[in-house]
Amino acid sequence: MSDAVLQIEGLEIQFPGFAGAVHAVSGVDIEVGAGEIVGIVGESGSAKSVTAMSALRLLPKGAFDMPSGKITLLGKDLATITETEMNEMRGRDVAMIFQEPQTALNPTKKIGKQMIKVIELHTELKGKAAKDHALSLLRDMRINDAEEILDRYPFELSGGMRQRILIGMAFACSPRLLVADEPTTALDVTVQRQVLQLLHHKARQTGASVLFISHDLAVVNQFCDRVYVMYAGRVIESGKTADALGSPAHPYTQALIEALPEHAKKGEALSSIDGTVPNLVKPPTGCAFEARCTKSIEKCIQRPALKPIAADKRQVACWLKEAQNV
Amino acid sequence: MSFLNVVRRRLIFLVLVLLGVTLITFTISHLIPGDPARMIAGDRATPEIVAKIRDDLGLDRPLYEQYARYVTGIVQGDFGTSIRPRRPVLEDLRIFFPATLELALVALLVATSLGVPLGVASAVWKNKLIDQFVRVIAVTGISTPAFWLGLLVILLFYGQLGLLPSGGRIDPSMDVPATITGFLLVDSLLAGRFDAFASAFKHLILPAFTLGFVHLGVVARQVRAALLDELQQDYVRTARANGISSFRIVFTEALPNAMIPSITVLGLALGDLLYGAVLTETVFAWPGMGAYVVNSIQALDFPAVMGFTVVVSLAYVLINLAVDLIYMAVDPRIREVS
Repeated sequence: MSDAVLQIEGLEIQFPGFAGAVHAVSGVDIEVGAGEIVGIVGESGSAKSVTAMSALRLLPKGAFDMPSGKITLLGKDLATITETEMNEMRGRDVAMIFQEPQTALNPTKKIGKQMIKVIELHTELKGKAAKDHALSLLRDMRINDAEEILDRYPFELSGGMRQRILIGMAFACSPRLLVADEPTTALDVTVQRQVLQLLHHKARQTGASVLFISHDLAVVNQFCDRVYVMYAGRVIESGKTADALGSPAHPYTQALIEALPEHAKKGEALSSIDGTVPNLVKPPTGCAFEARCTKSIEKCIQRPALKPIAADKRQVACWLKEAQNV
Repeated sequence: MSFLNVVRRRLIFLVLVLLGVTLITFTISHLIPGDPARMIAGDRATPEIVAKIRDDLGLDRPLYEQYARYVTGIVQGDFGTSIRPRRPVLEDLRIFFPATLELALVALLVATSLGVPLGVASAVWKNKLIDQFVRVIAVTGISTPAFWLGLLVILLFYGQLGLLPSGGRIDPSMDVPATITGFLLVDSLLAGRFDAFASAFKHLILPAFTLGFVHLGVVARQVRAALLDELQQDYVRTARANGISSFRIVFTEALPNAMIPSITVLGLALGDLLYGAVLTETVFAWPGMGAYVVNSIQALDFPAVMGFTVVVSLAYVLINLAVDLIYMAVDPRIREVS
């Protein structure tokens, strides 16, 4: 536990709305160990991003309620530190990259200016030294004409190039944790692979932990050591990637993997999950997946807790599993 | 350099606009009933005298010929001779235009220096008390007639408090510094006349505030909307994730970008201020183009009215050119497209 870079315990987040509060996150526990690459996977609306944003305290102030939960980042309880302290940690100890590299950089400032600003803010490097550091970060991202790129504006560069720059920037101060929110979703597939490899390589090289958010099971499978599967604001399964996605225990995870196109046989319709994600203004009191689950039993109207089913933090929240284990 | 291309294109455009503007005003002013020659000659003049005047002014020639003569004149710097005071129009404009421009520029300064900070405060503390306050000010400014506000401030600051003069550009008992730029503030400094500067400044406060207040609301609302829009952008989130403080995000990241669309509003405001000054000038007895053009219209003084129109159109096009150039200077994306 003590070597955890990020620990989220019992997190609940609600967004007030006209129709009532949206219970976006209801009771999530996530832990990222030192040097670990941890994935959060789930479909849109499962609150993966909200969970990730809360790890940097990036959710807009006043726009949400957090009735319970404790977030510990590098041993610091985020509820107790000031905004100034949080700003010092952001960019230095913990960095984040986002889904849309197209818009994530200031459109009217040159790349160099934006990178150097962050470097000068968090390190002792100033002026020429900061510029040299920016150049080396870009070269690490396999950007050959780094010098020239520093002098360019974001709109002059491709999406893949911009995402590599953003990853380079995120590693500017060798953070202990990088939160990557769907970093390759907006990129085309060939660029995706390249960017992921660079990210993976850089993380392993610097020993940074990564919290990797994605809806793409294949990418998570390839990239992550451990994975949390989220559904409707809850973690429903977790474990080593090979276990959790290789032999999924929760009916939802099983259905997700079933639905991958590569599992389909030629000539058969693609498999999908019937029904829709539950309304989170009135979240189900029982298992969130109960209404769509083909294997639901009577007990599923109560909420199942996330319980260990094997070694290596292998956990699942499903009454079926509990019945089997008894 | 693309800057030069824009300037070149705009100058060609300018010529076309001026041709259009003069053609329209020329046609209208010669189609409306009324005989300038009769106005000059007076009631008791014989038809022979009227005919002579008409002949002197070329009013008996075909319209296209008169127009061609007029345009040729402008190109040579001759705006014709005004009918009423029988003086070259250019000479009058040279006196009255700087007075109006000085007032408009100071009013713009008032609108900007108050409007931008209010807009920023309003966006940063959205829906808080200060935002409500700024929104009330903005709506009040937009919906207050300038001449009425002018009367109110005269009543208060001149009538009740006796702090500021009620009208004119300078203390009537004071020697006016030699005209160099036509801007009294600048001319008195150039002449080293600080007493004249102080007096001119005092005379400017009320009309400039009155005129500026109306646009202050427009500027504040524009800056508020643009800044709120920028603060929603992804790059602001990136900046936050990089540990840049909220203060620096507003002032070094979002505000410069929010000012780009606001430049258009400021340019339009200056154009409006130029001819919107007419009523305000009347209230404050400001010796600018406003009073001049109103009197000229009543006297059917076509050369004077057209001179005014040409100058204001010219100013409009030049302001727009300036806005475009500023755009290019501050936004690399526009530079690229050009």
